[in-house]
Amino acid sequence: MARFLIRRILQGILVMWLVTVGVYLIFYIGPGPGAVARTLAGKSATPQVVAEVSHRLLLDRPIYVQYGHFLWLLLHGDLGYSFYHQQSVNSIIGAAFPITLSLVIGSAILWIVLGVLSGVLSAVRARSILDRTFTLLALIFYSMPTFVLGLLLLLVFYYELTIHGIHAFPGSGFTSITANPWQWFRGLILPWITLALVSAATYTRLTRGSMLDVMGEDYIRTARAKGMPERRVIFRHALRAALTPVVTQYGIDVGVLLGGAIITEVVFGMPGLGFTAVQAIQQQDLPVVIGVVIVAAAAVVLANIVVDALYAVLDPRVRLH
Amino acid sequence: MSQSLASVEPPPTEPPAGGGEGAPVRKIEGRSPWRLGLERLVRDRAAMISLGVIVIIVLVAILAPVIAAITGHGPNQTFQSIGLTAIGQPKGPNATFLLGTDDQGRDIMVRIAYGARISLIVGVLATALTVAVGAIVGLIAGYFGGVTDSILARFMDWLLAIPFLLFAISLVTIIGAGLTVVIIVIGFFGWASVGRIVRGQVLSIKEREFVEAARALGSGPWRIMFIDILPNVIAPIIVYSTLLIPLSIVTEASLSFLGVGIPAPTADWGQMISASQSVYQYGAWWYLVFPSAALLITTLAFNIFGDGVRDAFDPRGDQLFV
Repeated sequence: MARFLIRRILQGILVMWLVTVGVYLIFYIGPGPGAVARTLAGKSATPQVVAEVSHRLLLDRPIYVQYGHFLWLLLHGDLGYSFYHQQSVNSIIGAAFPITLSLVIGSAILWIVLGVLSGVLSAVRARSILDRTFTLLALIFYSMPTFVLGLLLLLVFYYELTIHGIHAFPGSGFTSITANPWQWFRGLILPWITLALVSAATYTRLTRGSMLDVMGEDYIRTARAKGMPERRVIFRHALRAALTPVVTQYGIDVGVLLGGAIITEVVFGMPGLGFTAVQAIQQQDLPVVIGVVIVAAAAVVLANIVVDALYAVLDPRVRLH
Repeated sequence: MSQSLASVEPPPTEPPAGGGEGAPVRKIEGRSPWRLGLERLVRDRAAMISLGVIVIIVLVAILAPVIAAITGHGPNQTFQSIGLTAIGQPKGPNATFLLGTDDQGRDIMVRIAYGARISLIVGVLATALTVAVGAIVGLIAGYFGGVTDSILARFMDWLLAIPFLLFAISLVTIIGAGLTVVIIVIGFFGWASVGRIVRGQVLSIKEREFVEAARALGSGPWRIMFIDILPNVIAPIIVYSTLLIPLSIVTEASLSFLGVGIPAPTADWGQMISASQSVYQYGAWWYLVFPSAALLITTLAFNIFGDGVRDAFDPRGDQLFV
């Protein structure tokens, strides 16, 4: 186990290093020579200021020195300063992350429960009306772009309710849980539902397919032959094995979203990592964009390692090496 | 089994007259896996209905200028006087504008028809690019193995690990938005999943006798890869492609929704939905609802059809024809 973890962590570091190279190529080399210093110096900067910025960030040195400097700062946890907000990127990300975390954790709980339950019910009653209904619903929500569902929910539950005098949900924004737990919860209900419904569909299908496979296995027949109650067969024996592919998907999805649930955050005006990144991209606030991309990639890499480790815990047949 | 590919061409027809009425012995006819798959697909009612919907959407896209001519409203034509209310708000569905107007007094129905073109073009071309690159890289990685495979496989892992939408937005912002850029960006970030599937298939196929025979006959690696192996992985590629089309359409719409996709004033569904945010809170629900419905119906039809294709050609859900 320890050896496996070390190997996976080393691989993760390799991937992260590749991400920094990719980020560097896209953001520093991509825009062409001199463009970065001009962007960082701001639109009204004089050529002297641009030259000074360029010199201070070593942008006038050979590429390997530049990249080395970039990596060096990164390794020290220094993501630089936002040009627009006169704030360190670390503190910007620190402020945005809890918002994304609130959104993702809540909806992740919701969608795994929805997805796995509907998937198990579908598999146990395969080809029944219930199964067909769940399959159709899953297809509809799977096909539904996140922003379409979010905006339609806002239209019905925010706009329509509000003009009829019912102020059930805020239209946008985020309240911190420490400031007002009730407002925090109220503001998150629609974003949670949006993200959960579009994500749950995949889990319904995945659980159903994997449960159907497992239910045909010999050990399930053995368990039934022993006279074990069906409920116990399904939840104790079948579900445990069927969950392996579900856990893989779950880890990756949660990891990707922790780097910013871009669309949901934009639709509901929640200043999380995704919203911050989109804004920074539009303002060409380079250090913030790079910071979010690196945090997001780290979340994915970390999630992958956790998933692989969980494999062994869930499925005794998997041996790590 | 690559020989059986010859029978892809003819459409599924009834067995020839040899087994007709009165004939004492029914001729037993060999049917290729392709033929069996097509027959299964045609029997799938949901898939056939969604195929019908797809055909209608394609027709709407092709006939968009006709729709514009019938209504007399161009896709970018603004009707300041008849298309907007007295206070400059969009007008709801009425006899002149069947699906209402947008915030600039343009006909939403005509714009939805033109928007279908963008969605379908991106859906098909981005998927084609994704599949072509994925298949070539997957073939190379799987066939050559060794160091080539390790490097390519790591690269695919990397592509699958990075936050796609974030990178896509950044790239489009730097290169500049536009139809071609959107297609290339979707293709660039999407091919790794196809590459992984093809690589896995090639790994098992390249050990088979007919590949060995081809090598013994003196075929070079490229000929073996594209003439002998490729036809055998075409089926999973087709199955995956049909499911990639709706994904590409949603990605394009999402990029346009975020303002980094197809630039205005070109009619585009994602962009229309994004623009509707500024007015639906004043009651213009039609501006949000109709383009959303168009987008949802399109992705749903492609997903149901893709599901049908997978069930028909890949009933076990794993290796196919191999």
